[in-house]
Order: sequence, then structure tokens, then C-alpha cells
Amino acid sequence: MDTLLSSEGDSQRTQYPYVTGTSVIGIKYKDGILMAADMGGSYGSTIRYKSVERLKQVGKHSLIGASGEISDFQEILKYLDELILHDNMWDDGNSLGPKEVHNYLTRVMYNRRNKFDPLWNSLIIGGVKNGHKYLGSVSMIGVHFEDDHVATGFGNHLARPILREEWREDLTFEEGVKLLEKCMRNLLYRDRSAVNKLQIAKITEEGLTVSQPYSLKTFWNFAAFQNPTVNAEGSWILCLMMFCCTKTCAFVDASFSFIARHGSA
Amino acid sequence: MDRDATSDVNAPHSMGTTIIGVTYNGGVILGADSRTSTGLYVANRASDKITQLTDNVYICRSGSAADSQIVSDYVRYFLHQHTIQLGQPATVKVAANLVRLLAYNNKNSLQTGIIVGGWDKYEGGKIYGIPLGGTIVEQPFAIGGSGSSYLYGFFDQAWKDGMTREEAEQLVVKAVSLAIARDGASGGVVRTVTINSEGVTRNFYPGDTLPLWHDEVEAHGSLLDILNASNPEPMST
Repeated sequence: MDTLLSSEGDSQRTQYPYVTGTSVIGIKYKDGILMAADMGGSYGSTIRYKSVERLKQVGKHSLIGASGEISDFQEILKYLDELILHDNMWDDGNSLGPKEVHNYLTRVMYNRRNKFDPLWNSLIIGGVKNGHKYLGSVSMIGVHFEDDHVATGFGNHLARPILREEWREDLTFEEGVKLLEKCMRNLLYRDRSAVNKLQIAKITEEGLTVSQPYSLKTFWNFAAFQNPTVNAEGSWILCLMMFCCTKTCAFVDASFSFIARHGSA
Repeated sequence: MDRDATSDVNAPHSMGTTIIGVTYNGGVILGADSRTSTGLYVANRASDKITQLTDNVYICRSGSAADSQIVSDYVRYFLHQHTIQLGQPATVKVAANLVRLLAYNNKNSLQTGIIVGGWDKYEGGKIYGIPLGGTIVEQPFAIGGSGSSYLYGFFDQAWKDGMTREEAEQLVVKAVSLAIARDGASGGVVRTVTINSEGVTRNFYPGDTLPLWHDEVEAHGSLLDILNASNPEPMST
């Protein structure tokens, strides 16, 4: 196939990602949207960059979080810059809200997918406009949807189950941050490409703030971790039974964290 | 160029070289080894991987020699025109973004990782890393090439902000030397280029002046020199 098609400028084939970001999580809360992402840029299995900002403002009303190939995200930010610039140039008192930005990105991602030359990202768009909260996601093949809580990558497997149990419409800012941190801590334990340096962004009708980079405490001081082979041979089977499914892992880790902070009965 | 559609998405291509760029209080220092290999043969044992783009901006090249050379030629050409139109020296950021444009828009054809370093009057000394794929990352220091795998831990421990020029130079030479000790695709001499408000200085550290690391022994002209020395170790039977 290669010899028949163009000999250079291989736009006939899907590329592969080089520098990638891992999960992004987003939730609606009482006053708007909260989003969290770590600051890692992985190069294969090497954690090469530890200060990559994956949460960015878009215009007045929206926030975008990206996972996947960072160079493609940087290009998407340029497209969004141009989109917002033209929107401002209309000078008509209107401005693009998160729903419009989400729709634009969906078209961009889907059309690239149709040319077999995708932007290798999973994106989360969130924002508030005219009192209306919006949270959506788009994948590299153009699959898009809207929900009260969304995540990319590993976040879908580890964070969404926690959010399904514990998310409520009327979360305060503090409750929302704690919930996101619970999810991010879990990802830190179980996602190999996670990095312990994250940012949380908040967007409300008033505006957007991205937190300074910070790290989460992790909990390792459990009797079960101290001497896992106390029962000598065969004890690895016990570990296997406990940790054999991700939902159980998430539940186990979350409950360990709970016990660590609140004490066990 | 061979196009292998079945490459493992998680395995980055390793590149024959060690390249480094660090900032210090006053400017930047770029460092590199000097080995160019074709397969297992060393085609050039004294190559210069630190290439000039303008008076105040240089780049370190890694990966395919051809790709990195042509990218640097194009960017030098664009920057020259830009400087004429601007009427003053180009900034490091502009140079780095031009490299990024070429790297990103030709990501399917190019296999080169580049470190851009320089000094301008607006931002002082700056280092930009542009790995495979065309991501651009501004960093206080950057490492690249196959030899850099052996330096992540070293820099995690040894790097500090606000070093003097001498400290930074020693760090760069030590790091390239450590990478050369373990990476078969790196070797030869260590070249450094220092860029600051006063200008550009090139330095050259021949292979035989570099420190010895674990399990390496001192070099001699001949065994006979050892045997004839004042306290020779007896030859074993």
C-alpha cells in the first residue's frame, strides 16, 4: 500500500503518539465546573516531562483539558486561539460558550479521523454561560457526549465508578475538590503514567482559575502492605484475589484512604 | 526511510547521541558528544552537533543526521529573513517555534529531537526542548538523544537552579561524559557552547581529558610504560 500511495508526507496513515498526557477528570458542581489533570508528559514508558499544563482557558466561558499527544494539543490550542480571535472580531456582544467550543472541536476531531490523520487526543470541555453549566468530552475519533462527570483514559475506569457513587448536583467547591482528589489519588496508585503533581481548575460564571501545581499525600502504611508474605508461600494468591479487578482496586484503595484518614472501627 | 506500520506505540525511537541544554544565572550552556554512527560503524568520531542558527541562538541535534541538518538549514534561512524584517536579533522563542512548526507539520517524515538554546534581551537565557512529534517544552534544562536515558536520574539529583557559569559547565561536561560511558551510540569529545549577553564561547573537551567512571582504567601509551614504571605490578603467570 505504501508504494502505491504518496512516497512522502504520509498523511495516508494514522500516526502514533510520542509525548502523551494521561487522564483528565471533570465534574459539575454547585457553582460551575471543576477539572483535574496531572502535569506529566510521558515518552513511552519514561516520564519525561513533569510540568506540562494540560488545563487551559478558552475564551471567556470555557476550560479545556487534554490527554494524549501533547504536540496535537498544542496545535488544537492554536486552532482555538484563532476561533476565539474571529469570535471577538465580530465585536457583536456575543461570545462562544462551552457548548459551541465542544461542537467545533467535535467537528475538527471527526473530520481528521475521516482522513485517517487524527489529532491523537481525548478532550474535556467545561464551562458556564448565562448560568448554564456545560461539561462534555470528545475523543480522537470524534465520539462526543455530555454528562455531569466525564473523564479520559484511565480515568474512565478508575474515576468514573467513584463519581457514579459519590457525585451530587449540589457539591460545594470544597466537596468537589475532595472528590476530584480522591479520584486523582486513585489514579496515582494505579496508573503507571500518572505523576504526583497536579492542577485543579475551576470555572464559574464569574471566571476561571487554575490552581498552582501541587502534590497529594499517598498512603502506604497498612499492615497488609507491611508483611504481604507473612503466610509464606501462597500469600501472593491472597493479594491476587484482593486486587484482581480494577473496580475492587478502586474501592480497596479508596477505603484504605478513608481508613487512613478517619481511623478504622 | 522504512515505514513500519506495526511499530509498538509505546516504544519511542532511540537516537544515537547525547545532547544537553542548561540555563544558568546569565545565559545557557549547550553540550553534546561527537559520535555519528551508521549502524555499528562510527562514521564521524568528532562531529559537531551544536549548530548555529543566529548570533544568539544555537541548537543541539539528535536522531537522524540528515533530518536534523535540513531542519536547521531551513530554520536558519527563515530566521535570517525574520531578522532582516524585524530589524533586531531574533528571540530564542521565535527560533524554537520555527523548529516546532517544521517538526510538527512533518512529524510523519522526520526523526529528530532538537534542543534550542540561546540568549535574547527580553527573556535572557532560555532552553526549549522539541522531541519527536513536535511538542515544544520550555525547560530550565533539557536532555535528549539515546544517551539521555542514563541521565534522568543524574539530573534529578544534581540539577539546581541559579548555578554559576562554571558550575553549569562542569555539570554539562560531567553529564555528557557519564552518558558516553554507558551509551554505545555516544562517544568521542564533549563540545559545549555558552551563550550569554556578552556573546558565544565554544569549548572542547577531548575524550582523554574526561573523568574516569566505574570500571574504567587510566590510559597509557603502552603496556611497556607500565612495566617499566618505578613500582610495576608484576605480570601474573
